[in-house]
Amino acid sequence: MNKYNPDRMNPSSLRSRFTTRFLRNLSKIHAQKPSSSSSPAEIFRRYRRIKVAADKSMAYSVRSRRTWSRAMLWKLRTRPCSTSIRKTRHEKQNKNRTTTATTGEDRVGFGVEADELRELVPGGEAMDLCNLLHETAHYIKCLTTQVQVMKKIADFYSP
Amino acid sequence: MSSRRSRSRQSSGSRITDDQIIDLVSKLQRLIPELRARRSDKVSASKVLQETCNYIRNLHREVDGLSDRLSQLLASADTDSDQAAIIRSLLME
Repeated sequence: MNKYNPDRMNPSSLRSRFTTRFLRNLSKIHAQKPSSSSSPAEIFRRYRRIKVAADKSMAYSVRSRRTWSRAMLWKLRTRPCSTSIRKTRHEKQNKNRTTTATTGEDRVGFGVEADELRELVPGGEAMDLCNLLHETAHYIKCLTTQVQVMKKIADFYSP
Repeated sequence: MSSRRSRSRQSSGSRITDDQIIDLVSKLQRLIPELRARRSDKVSASKVLQETCNYIRNLHREVDGLSDRLSQLLASADTDSDQAAIIRSLLME
């Protein structure tokens, strides 16, 4: 079941970078809870923060080396600001970019699936098909790392 | 008149060849567990993209579920002191 993966021992691998960052964020979240009471609202808030921490940790571990991580970092940084401003800027970008993006893929013929993929990969709306496929491959690798590490942590703390 | 647009050899600015696309699509196919076993069969590109979307959605859902699980488990955990142990178990597997 375990295949040999040299990255697992490498302290500068994506996996270890993500793990250290994520654990650091988790202890921050844990430290900030007011008391030992865990009301449903409290748990929900923590869930939201953990989810953001997971995405943030991943995006920061990849930094700006990928279009999708740059897009995710931008999204995360503008989150606290008013969402309406973000949407208009986003829509303006969309209008300019989609026309250039679709010219390339008309001849390949899977525009609909590609558009669906664009919605799932951060920053996908602005990518041409070639970049989209590149970025998707990397994004999937990072997502699977994220899931593996989170699973390990959850198992560690399970009774 | 519109033939230049439909050809789109130079219109997008980057020379994307069909072969490049095919390579990238097969690279994606190898990443998706659903399709990895069927590498010998011909899987259409649109099917690969479809399965990719499903796979990404599944991964998002898993992250959600794990965040939820962690939020409940962390109520009584001390991640600071456990950090070294966790990292060790993760990286030394």
